Amino acid sequence: MASIPTTAIEIAAAVRSGELSAREVLESHLDAIEAREPEINAFNLVLADEARAAATAIDERVAAGEDPGVLAGVPLALKDNLCTHGIPTTCSSRILEGWRPPYDATVVQRVAAAGAIAIGKTNLDEFAMGSSTENSAFGPTRNPRDLSRVPGGSSGGSAAAVAAGFAPISLGSDTGGSIRQPAALCGVVGVKPTYGMVSRYGLVAFASSLDQIGPFSTTVADSALLLEAIAGHDPRDSTSINAAAPSLLDVLDQGVAGLRIGLVTELMGEGIAPDVAARVRQAAEALAAAGAEIGEVSIPALSYGLSAYYLIAPAEASSNLARYDGVRYGMRVDAATTAEMNTKTRTAGFGDEVKRRIMLGTYALSAGYYDAYYGKALKVRTLIMRDFETAYKDFDLLLTPTSPTTAFRFGEKTSDPLSMYLNDICTIPTNLAGHPAMSVPFGAGSDGMPVGVQLMAPALAEPTMFRAAAVLEDAAPPLEEAFQ
Amino acid sequence: MTLNLTHEPIEGEHFTITSENTGDVWEIVVGLEVHCELATVTKLFCGCPNMFGDEPNTNVCPVCLGLPGSLPVLNHQVVELAMRLGRALHCSVEPSVFARKNYFYPDMPKDYQVSQFDRPINVDGWLDLPDGTRVGIERAHIEEDTGKNTHAGGSGRIHGADYSLVDYNRAGVPLVEIVGRPHIRHPEQAKMYIDELRAILLATGASDAKMEEGSLRVDANVSVRRVGDPELGKRCEIKNLNSLRSLGRAIDYEARRQVDLLEEGIAIRQETRHWDEGAGRTRPGRSKEEAEDYRYFQEPDLVPLEPSAEWIAAIDAALPVLPAQRRAILAEAAGVGATESGVVMAVQRGLDGLALAAIDQGGEGRRVLTHVEHNLAVDGAGSLDPKHLAELVGLELAGQLTATQAKTVLAEMVSSGSSPAAIATELGFEAMDSSELEAMIDAIIAESPDEWSSFRDADEKRHAKLQGFFVGKVMKVSKGQADGKAVTAILESRRNASS
Amino acid sequence: MSAHLTRDDVAKVALLARLELTDAELDTYTGQLAAVIDHAADVAALDLADIPPTAHPLPLVNVLRDDVIRPGANRDEVLSQAPSVEDRRFRVPAILGEEP
Repeated sequence: MASIPTTAIEIAAAVRSGELSAREVLESHLDAIEAREPEINAFNLVLADEARAAATAIDERVAAGEDPGVLAGVPLALKDNLCTHGIPTTCSSRILEGWRPPYDATVVQRVAAAGAIAIGKTNLDEFAMGSSTENSAFGPTRNPRDLSRVPGGSSGGSAAAVAAGFAPISLGSDTGGSIRQPAALCGVVGVKPTYGMVSRYGLVAFASSLDQIGPFSTTVADSALLLEAIAGHDPRDSTSINAAAPSLLDVLDQGVAGLRIGLVTELMGEGIAPDVAARVRQAAEALAAAGAEIGEVSIPALSYGLSAYYLIAPAEASSNLARYDGVRYGMRVDAATTAEMNTKTRTAGFGDEVKRRIMLGTYALSAGYYDAYYGKALKVRTLIMRDFETAYKDFDLLLTPTSPTTAFRFGEKTSDPLSMYLNDICTIPTNLAGHPAMSVPFGAGSDGMPVGVQLMAPALAEPTMFRAAAVLEDAAPPLEEAFQ
Repeated sequence: MTLNLTHEPIEGEHFTITSENTGDVWEIVVGLEVHCELATVTKLFCGCPNMFGDEPNTNVCPVCLGLPGSLPVLNHQVVELAMRLGRALHCSVEPSVFARKNYFYPDMPKDYQVSQFDRPINVDGWLDLPDGTRVGIERAHIEEDTGKNTHAGGSGRIHGADYSLVDYNRAGVPLVEIVGRPHIRHPEQAKMYIDELRAILLATGASDAKMEEGSLRVDANVSVRRVGDPELGKRCEIKNLNSLRSLGRAIDYEARRQVDLLEEGIAIRQETRHWDEGAGRTRPGRSKEEAEDYRYFQEPDLVPLEPSAEWIAAIDAALPVLPAQRRAILAEAAGVGATESGVVMAVQRGLDGLALAAIDQGGEGRRVLTHVEHNLAVDGAGSLDPKHLAELVGLELAGQLTATQAKTVLAEMVSSGSSPAAIATELGFEAMDSSELEAMIDAIIAESPDEWSSFRDADEKRHAKLQGFFVGKVMKVSKGQADGKAVTAILESRRNASS
Repeated sequence: MSAHLTRDDVAKVALLARLELTDAELDTYTGQLAAVIDHAADVAALDLADIPPTAHPLPLVNVLRDDVIRPGANRDEVLSQAPSVEDRRFRVPAILGEEP
């Protein structure tokens, strides 16, 4: 048996040419899962049988002379908040345990149409609320680089699955950093596209105006490939941008010569670990060496980002999660009246963090507090967008850390929600603005754990962002190289 | 506690309740909120059929079931119909957004209702009633309907039911809520408002407006105040009004209840009350176990609606002529007031086109309207040749047909399509001469001496009834050939002569 | 402008959100939520009278679909997911609402 390549691009090429069968690619990944999944717990569900059937079908199509698509035979892991027809979709919550959606999410349809093989549903912080995957009702996911540390979150399972080699690519969702932060902590590439570039249809909502689906991969090119496959207008999502998917693979080798890239002052000082900040400066130097102009830029409104986010996201969540009432699907705790049944079901079905955010959001929207909290947060959102607009007059891209620290240990922040929320300080602003951003691995921190650097770009500037990401990927120090 | 209250008859806009205890005169103030289902093919946010009466849970999909991950997409035709209705109600169409109204209820799949809150699509219009009153429209906004609960076990009603069964076929059906200003002053006017609104809904094709199927639902905000008081009283919102009859009765009851309380010195509590048709009274709604706080916020799954000036202009250009305008046109042609019942009925029955054409052909306006009002509430009336109707009126005015004969001829015209002259000849109609008629009447008086003496001495009320007795006898004996007016005149002259 | 979040506030929002809290939970959540709300005091204190709100990052308007029937969900599949079903409808315990 030929050795199985590690990237989606290589796998798809080999499967399309008949050099490798989708089935043998799949089996090698299922072997990897069998070996390490028990200690990592990246998956809520491994779809071995379904994946085998899908791989066999791909192989038959290749044999029949058909081209199954750009992701032919590529194993792909799906965050368990993406609806899969007839396959349990839990959001790592008891309240949805056993629910089998009667439909596929648009992205699930698109990756299948491109020939990808869905290999499993990955673990997450319940309803994507968290930054460590410790909030899963089905137990935490462990960081494949160090099992005593968290993989980040909320898409910790999707990040860990790629980092552990369970699948070359995976899909996650990012509401305040839920793709980029775990990508950084696990040492893989993670992308949050422009809001509206990827259809949210079939993504179980956390905060509708912030949620966006995006890829994880080990290489920048694989993320480009996967994003091209899932992007593009969807008539089932009113907030989907009416434009074709961007061309990303074609521009990856264009370099950064002449691009103006800004280091964001507010995200380089207090609260950012020195080793992480040092890696970001090193990344800036690498970009400068490749011909980019590097400068510093201040985005004052960012200091309000965290507060605004932790009012807006819970507010939307409190409404989005009202529907889990025990009437139509999922769990029910019975009671004499419907109101009591609703209450008992929700009380038993939701975990602590979800309850916290529902209550926080309910408070922010409630009579007497709306103007001071939710209303104010929406105005701060305007300020942040304006500040970004100003910054992007002088810069094509911005460069920041993805996470203030490398992967932390289990239990370190669970008792203090605010300290956990502070993890999202670098990632939140682009969600508020609807802009794209991505995390690229850039060496290790002083603890030997991966550091991710974040590239931020104006709306729809993914091609520019990916050009810089490709340069950083080439310049990144190996993870094994000790931090100086 | 009972107070003696009398309702004054309707005089123009004033309808009052006079307390016989205190002599105070009270005015009723009503504002109506109407929900109507829009006549679209599909639901508001998904492609499921908007259909009444199908098997339970057949017209459902992830979107209208509010399944996790589903997203709404606004139906173009909903916007079109909502704007049509808005413009017909003289509203201004504004840029609008959708909002979520958050509360738990099992018939609402997402446990929030998508509605419009601070920025509705239609604002600030009015509707002219047939009696000439202009009722302001505060807003007419788009929102989604809920599913339907059936209460099982116990009494079959919600209180005492053991459990309920939910059908989501209606969930997500598009509604427009029309919020009227408190410009209505009596129960009949409220009914008139609904009739007028229904005519507009039908004319614009916005809704089939069937109260019995629930595609038109009315809530009434009722308050009372002493006549002359500029302040509005505390109001109660009356729900569960399933027919025009219920609407009128409920307002009447509720107003009396409030006057009762106020005269006893008890303040009205602002609340929702339910009309109990069987008991003929309103009852307070069961107070919710938790405080209401709908936590409205902009629906993030939908984008704002900003209809272009071109779209609004196209809607204006395509609006049908609406009932108020049709009444004005007909009234002018007939040379009568627009609030006259003949005009109102002609438009209500859709016979104003016929009436206008008949008047155009030389038919005398008032007489044409009389026929339309009293003799044409029949199938096929609309296909009547207006020239024939004009001719009929001409024969009547020339004294060649009595009113009764004209009515018979008209019925025949509708069924056969022949001309009135031909029908009159065929039926052998010619007006009786007056001496023949007088002899006939004298004979009838002689046959009924008791009735005659009662008639002679009758007060005003009994007079009309007894006159009817004699007119009826004459018509029977003359087989309808006697002219009603002539009969009345002869009866009166005999009565005056003998008293 | 900004208020300190109290135990009563938490009890009230729990009721609105249909969540039941034990006394101990009420204490814990009050402390945790108050910390977040206090952190948001910087936002609550801003004078932003002239700043318009941004509810949504996209400048899109008028996204509409044609009024055309599309296939819906399979009723049996949908009902098979429900905790309780009777007569092809979703069964729920007694509803104490305000309708008669």
